[in-house]
Amino acid sequence: MITSAWLFLFAIVSEQLQASDTLNVGKAERFTRIGDAVKAAFPGAVIRVLPGFYQESNIIIDKKLHLLGVGFPVIDGNQKDEIFTVVADSVRISGFHLQNCGISFVKDLAGIRVDQGAHCVIENNRLFNTFFGIYLKNARDCVIRDNYVEGLAKDEFSSGNAIHIWYSKNITVEGNTCLQHRDGIYLEFVEFSTIRNNTSEKNLRYGLHFMFSNNDDYRWNVFRNNGAGVAVMFSKNIIMEDNLFEKNWGSNSYGLLLKDITDGEIVRNRFHRNTIGIYGDGANRLRMAHNEFMQNGWALKILGSCYDNQVTANNFLDNTFDVITNATVNNNHYHGNFWSDYTGYDLDRDGVGDVPYKPVKLFSYVTSRVPQAIIILRSPFVDLVNFAEKVMPSLTPQTLEDAAPLMKIIALP
Amino acid sequence: MLKVLKYSFYDLSRSRWTYAYLLFFLLLTFGLLNFSHDLSKTIISLMNVVLILTPLIGTLFGALYYYNSKEFIDLLLALPLPRRSIFLGKYLGLSLSLSASFVIGILAPMLLFGILSTGLVLNLVILMSTGVLLTFIFTAIAFLVSIRFEHPIRGFGAAIFIWLFLAVIYDGILLLILIWFEHYPLDHFALLMTLFNPVDLSRVLIMLQLDISALMGYTGAVFRKFLGTSLGMSIAYATLLTWIIVPVFAFLWLARRKDF
Amino acid sequence: MIVRDLYKSYRKHQVLKGVSLGLDPGRITAVLGPNGSGKTTLIKCMLGMVIGQQGEISANGKNIGHDYLYRKDIGYLPQIARFPENLKVRELVSMVKDLRNQPANYEELVSRFGLGPFMQKPLRNLSGGTRQKVNILLAFMFDSRYYILDEPTAGLDPLSLQRFKEMLLNEKQKGKAVLMTTHMVHLAEEMADEVVFLLEGKVYFHGGVQELKDTYDGMNLEAAIANILSLQEHA
Repeated sequence: MITSAWLFLFAIVSEQLQASDTLNVGKAERFTRIGDAVKAAFPGAVIRVLPGFYQESNIIIDKKLHLLGVGFPVIDGNQKDEIFTVVADSVRISGFHLQNCGISFVKDLAGIRVDQGAHCVIENNRLFNTFFGIYLKNARDCVIRDNYVEGLAKDEFSSGNAIHIWYSKNITVEGNTCLQHRDGIYLEFVEFSTIRNNTSEKNLRYGLHFMFSNNDDYRWNVFRNNGAGVAVMFSKNIIMEDNLFEKNWGSNSYGLLLKDITDGEIVRNRFHRNTIGIYGDGANRLRMAHNEFMQNGWALKILGSCYDNQVTANNFLDNTFDVITNATVNNNHYHGNFWSDYTGYDLDRDGVGDVPYKPVKLFSYVTSRVPQAIIILRSPFVDLVNFAEKVMPSLTPQTLEDAAPLMKIIALP
Repeated sequence: MLKVLKYSFYDLSRSRWTYAYLLFFLLLTFGLLNFSHDLSKTIISLMNVVLILTPLIGTLFGALYYYNSKEFIDLLLALPLPRRSIFLGKYLGLSLSLSASFVIGILAPMLLFGILSTGLVLNLVILMSTGVLLTFIFTAIAFLVSIRFEHPIRGFGAAIFIWLFLAVIYDGILLLILIWFEHYPLDHFALLMTLFNPVDLSRVLIMLQLDISALMGYTGAVFRKFLGTSLGMSIAYATLLTWIIVPVFAFLWLARRKDF
Repeated sequence: MIVRDLYKSYRKHQVLKGVSLGLDPGRITAVLGPNGSGKTTLIKCMLGMVIGQQGEISANGKNIGHDYLYRKDIGYLPQIARFPENLKVRELVSMVKDLRNQPANYEELVSRFGLGPFMQKPLRNLSGGTRQKVNILLAFMFDSRYYILDEPTAGLDPLSLQRFKEMLLNEKQKGKAVLMTTHMVHLAEEMADEVVFLLEGKVYFHGGVQELKDTYDGMNLEAAIANILSLQEHA
């Protein structure tokens, strides 16, 4: 009773505040164009855009404003320029349907651009065919939440990223859906930021892409059917937890691509049916634990440039190949994983196989040299080749083995 | 022809080999299901078994059955029946009986473990259809060889060699060629070689189910087109059917000219 | 049924070198000859089981070629009785009847040869003599125009032999044409209207029994044949 009374009171107060400082935009309102309302508004005002079709672009927001779309008003950029450009702090943009920005090869045109802003919130918008979707540059403490960004990317050269963040700090990207762009979410020189609960699908290049970005984390995201699920390049201290990497298929496709990165955590992720689950090139001091690798072409492709990675307590289930490497010496640590291809025994019944498991098969070498050979993959002749290699190793690194392979699948949360 | 088929099937249905074969698949499937409690895993294991075993059994039983039923065939030859009917009837009788053992042996446990309520029905269909096709193919090859060689030892030798060649040696040769000529574009060649071996072809069908993630990693356009679309599957099935038809026509042709 | 100038060789081995003979209604023709003279090959050619290289075989006035329907008119008794061993005698009989798709009368034959007790037994359990009786049963249970018999009396006991002869004469009187090979010369002497003597793939002699005895100076047929063979050896 008391609560509802309070709520009622609060509603009245906020209504009055709005009334005092709210500008309506609509066909029958004082403003028929959003740009005019933005120019006329005082800092701190709310601009309510009523349902309708607005053909506007290059709306520059240079003061603290709350742009609120009511019933998803459509703003059409008419294939030229960008729609919202934010050059102030504490701007909030929500509830809009933005479409058709221009495509430029010299300027990264975007549906919503934040340039030098702080404490901005971009929330609950729908963007279609906006070249770049949401673009942050030199921003900090911003939130990009619950947006739906869909593009029409056909090739990498003439397409932009759904969410693009450059030189920014403390950004939260959550609950967004990014489809059919070059990259779903792109981060370059971005620090202390969090990417979570997003879905990134059907992007030409990467679902999520880190470049020169340190101390970030991404959790509970889904990366499906992208060129590669996630690429982490030239970055440090990235935490990667509880994500799903699925069906990232193709000749250069990976669930997770690691290129020159150090000190990260890859924990409790699921890699399902990717051409390569994790591809590591120059990846060092990473911990990979409690992940599930299921039905990937190659669960792990770890090149010789990778050092001191810990691969422990993961489930490797029905992958065509578990591990492949071009190294002749093993510099990483594989221990206590479950491998569904393991055929050893456990005489002392301690749950750990008595013979080590060698996850690198000779035939996977053969296919990396002669890719066509994949056609005889399940031939008994291939078993023969693999068996011979097991008995007398010549090409595979002898020390690359799991000395404590588990007999039972690990129950993952 | 149907009468010969009927009596051959009837004859085989009383042979203990038929039941041994049925029992083998029943035990294997039950065993795998009980061991792993996982239908998907069981199907994968069975696929590997089927690729080796159905050709081998088709070959061995085909030759064994032919040489063992020489009396029956002699009896039939003196009756007013065309040779085509006699040999086609015998062939279909054996192929159907082996296929029945195989299908029942796998299907019964699968149904019992509730395969129908899972998304694995397609996998099972692929598994069983390749098994049945391979049975028909290798039984036909065995008949061809047996009709060609009067002497059972030679016939068995030739049949087993053909099996060994197609199941193992062929892949070795193919691999060597691919490695030797690795700098040449070999996509068409590799696919073509696959078409010329029914075991490889069946394996491709199975790989399309199990290893699609790895197969998609291959760059060649021809491969991608073949493996990534239903085109590959249609070609594979059509070629497997050809692999039945050609040996059947060949052994009928031989039988027509043979002295008994 | 007429065989005209038939040649057959297996690889380099020439088995038949221009054999001609004919089967006439109401006559029994005995084909005699030492082992390997081509008797069985000749019979198999007549049944279409072996395909001759040259010459012609016709039945009912038509070349047999790859035809098979003419076999409806032939009751055939193979030399070695080999049957699907899993079957019971009754099953075998009804199977052959079903496969030939012709009316068959076998009850009389069963009782004539005392096969009644064996009808429910699997073939693999039968003695050689009983198998031969089953063989006879299969050949004679259809009302055929021609009977082609390869060593029909092998393994028969004297009583069964007697009954077989009776049956054969009976069929002859019904106007059937019979061709049989045999090693039992006195059987040929007793039953045959004509004798064909095959030697190394050729018809050495073709004529009546008496004619053969006269030509080769024998008290009986056996002696005449012995004379032929020793002549051959000395030649």
